[in-house]
Amino acid sequence: MKVGVVTFPGSLDDADARRAVRLAGHEPIALWHGDHDLQGAEAVILPGGFSYGDYLRCGAIARFAPVMTEVIAAAREGMPVLGICNGFQILCESHLLPGALIRNDHRKFGCLDQRLVIESNRTAWTNAYETGQEVTIVLKNGEGAFVADEKTLDMLEADGRVVARYVGNPNGSQRAIAGITNEAGNVVGLMPHPEHAIEALCGPGEDGLGFFASLARVAV
Amino acid sequence: MARVVVDVMPKPEILDPQGKAVLGALPRLGFEGVSDVRQGKRFELEIDGEVTDERLAQVEQMAETLLSNPVIEDYTVRVLQENDR
Repeated sequence: MKVGVVTFPGSLDDADARRAVRLAGHEPIALWHGDHDLQGAEAVILPGGFSYGDYLRCGAIARFAPVMTEVIAAAREGMPVLGICNGFQILCESHLLPGALIRNDHRKFGCLDQRLVIESNRTAWTNAYETGQEVTIVLKNGEGAFVADEKTLDMLEADGRVVARYVGNPNGSQRAIAGITNEAGNVVGLMPHPEHAIEALCGPGEDGLGFFASLARVAV
Repeated sequence: MARVVVDVMPKPEILDPQGKAVLGALPRLGFEGVSDVRQGKRFELEIDGEVTDERLAQVEQMAETLLSNPVIEDYTVRVLQENDR
């Protein structure tokens, strides 16, 4: 499967995301924020980092980058889109996902190996896991607290759209939510970084690989 | 030329860690009697020509689409009078 990884000005984890795509057996394609072109990608990853220096709000300016016109249109048609960290913020700003990410309640940047529970494997990006499976991947953010109004939170829970939940709550996210999906399950936003947990040599293990391997099952 | 101000504030129910940090710093500097601080943003827009209702409606749109995130923030739009500057 051809998996596009968008580079915005200030993206940090685009190279790691492309590498994770390759290790999961797919073909990574580097996409540029300024192009109205997905270059034949069948899935897209919005990587972590600090697009546009986090100016205004995290993801607020990246959301209007030229390439996002194509990403948003394709996502609405069912193309798998994964937003990691800053990518999650961009997906919320794009209104492809509900809620928002605000500053961690303890006001410090956190960087740790974080345990998560995969709450739903009925998405394009988590079907390689078992629901209820515990995984450890890297969490590194300053503005990672997921917030939404009570009605939205109840809806996410009732519809099984909470994809991953923190064990403990490292950043003040409401209901310890680490990741959510859209109604169709093709768009996933995730605050922790699975692309940093794909090899034992340079990370907390290989637990993150499943997010990228999951695509194999949605490939047509 | 006219100046239009857009004030953006975190919604009351949204935790404001930056405001909390400022609140914590005030007593350390000897300032007493402040029970809460909320931190927001102020945008000043220089508008070409007269500020018509149509222009103001456009500013409202700017505030809603880009300047604020309606999920977590409220905004107000007002025209700055000459003697306010």
